[in-house]
Amino acid sequence: MIRHSLVILSLALVYAASGVALGGECLVRGTGDLGVIVERAAGSVVVVDTTHHKILSRIKGLGDLSHASVVYSRDARYAYLFGRDGGLSKVDLLCGTVVKRIVQGGNSIGGAISQDGTLVAVSNYEPGGVKLFSAESLAEVADIPATPIGNSRRSKTVGLVDAPDQRFVFSLFDSGEIWIADLSNPQSPAIRKFRDVGRQPYDGLITPDGRYYIAGLFGEDGVVLLDLWHPEHGPRRILDHYGKGERKLPVYKMPHLEGWAIAGERAFLPAVGYHEVLVVDTREWKAVGSIPVHGQPVFVMARPDGRQIWVNFAFPDNDTIQVIDTESLNIVKTIKTGKGTLHMEFAPRGGEIWISVRDQDRVKVYDTRSMQQLASLPVAKPSGIFFTVRAHKTGL
Amino acid sequence: MRRTTGYLVAAILLVAVTAGFAAPDAQRQQELRYLLRHDCGACHGMSLKGGLGPALKPERLRAYTVEQLADTILRGRPGTPMPPWQPFLSAQDATWLAGFLKQGKAP
Repeated sequence: MIRHSLVILSLALVYAASGVALGGECLVRGTGDLGVIVERAAGSVVVVDTTHHKILSRIKGLGDLSHASVVYSRDARYAYLFGRDGGLSKVDLLCGTVVKRIVQGGNSIGGAISQDGTLVAVSNYEPGGVKLFSAESLAEVADIPATPIGNSRRSKTVGLVDAPDQRFVFSLFDSGEIWIADLSNPQSPAIRKFRDVGRQPYDGLITPDGRYYIAGLFGEDGVVLLDLWHPEHGPRRILDHYGKGERKLPVYKMPHLEGWAIAGERAFLPAVGYHEVLVVDTREWKAVGSIPVHGQPVFVMARPDGRQIWVNFAFPDNDTIQVIDTESLNIVKTIKTGKGTLHMEFAPRGGEIWISVRDQDRVKVYDTRSMQQLASLPVAKPSGIFFTVRAHKTGL
Repeated sequence: MRRTTGYLVAAILLVAVTAGFAAPDAQRQQELRYLLRHDCGACHGMSLKGGLGPALKPERLRAYTVEQLADTILRGRPGTPMPPWQPFLSAQDATWLAGFLKQGKAP
């Protein structure tokens, strides 16, 4: 009997030491160094420990996760996962479980969490619009249908972000609009609409300070800027001289604007249809140059200290990462990470970057100073990587 | 004898050409399915139910012929985000993909 107990005790100690969540058991630890990685083909996510480069648990049954994204509860224990199939899942990082899962729309494209952490917003392609849910229970709180297009459709909504003062901002792809939704009273959102902002806004972002909303345009050159301190000034077109008269290349993967790279007074963004990263002066919002790169940029991300910009590329150049020095604007490193390099995420203070390499079923961890690979984790068809530091950042 | 050989060669050639035109080899089919799932899927959804791009389910594609769909794949749709895939796909690849989509098989 005593021996039996000892065996159980020692087993428990082994499991405790390995830090792996067991069925029905939850970890007792902080979540500040955790994250989730989307396994998009399997419909699962893995919970990772970024300190020990380790997979803690795998959470399954989350539906079609192509293009899935994640936001965090303000205590950074729960991740909200937005699936392509309209699924909204709340998962518990410590227990490795699905707390609640609903299918809220036919086809969705990302979401956001409100400033106070009580509302989760989901952007939908079908039916076009934004829906709001209780972050606690995932019960529907409000529905904001997008502008009708013809008789049977509504505009797709894209680029949904949270903004200060309990607001959400998003763009309407088909109708060329930007809307600000004030959710101070969740039952009746106050919507402010800006029409004719430009053709086919395809994604949007908010600056890290929460002041400027920026929508990228697919249907024409340029970018739309909205000052959320002064929405009465309306949206302003910037960079619209860029690329005029030049022949654009076909785009095999839409760039992403999330996690826009701002380093000091310069912002870096992907040029749609060009093998270039645009450099913008954020005081004047004018292009100050462009950096020729390996392919069409998809994600252009600044290391948290703003010293480096890491860029990945669209098909067929998606086997490469390039690193730009933000002072000299030179490419300081080109890394062949492998085919299907889809996404990357910096450790909160920037010492490491985690990179998804889909076709190798690997997530590779690099030291951002030496640019050497530190670790590699087996993750099935990895795409988005989301660390809990996002819980405390506007727009992420 | 020589004539028989000639017929035989012609027949083999004919079969090879027709088969080649009808379908890419097994390995290429695997590559195309992977491309469909992951790269086309970036816009059309991994299960092809649509995204920024429209759904590619047989119900929706019924209105188009295989030739029309193959042409769209190769040349893209100007004015929309659909790019031309001609640099990466042959006419044979595109025709096979179009037929595959119309049959509604999972990629």
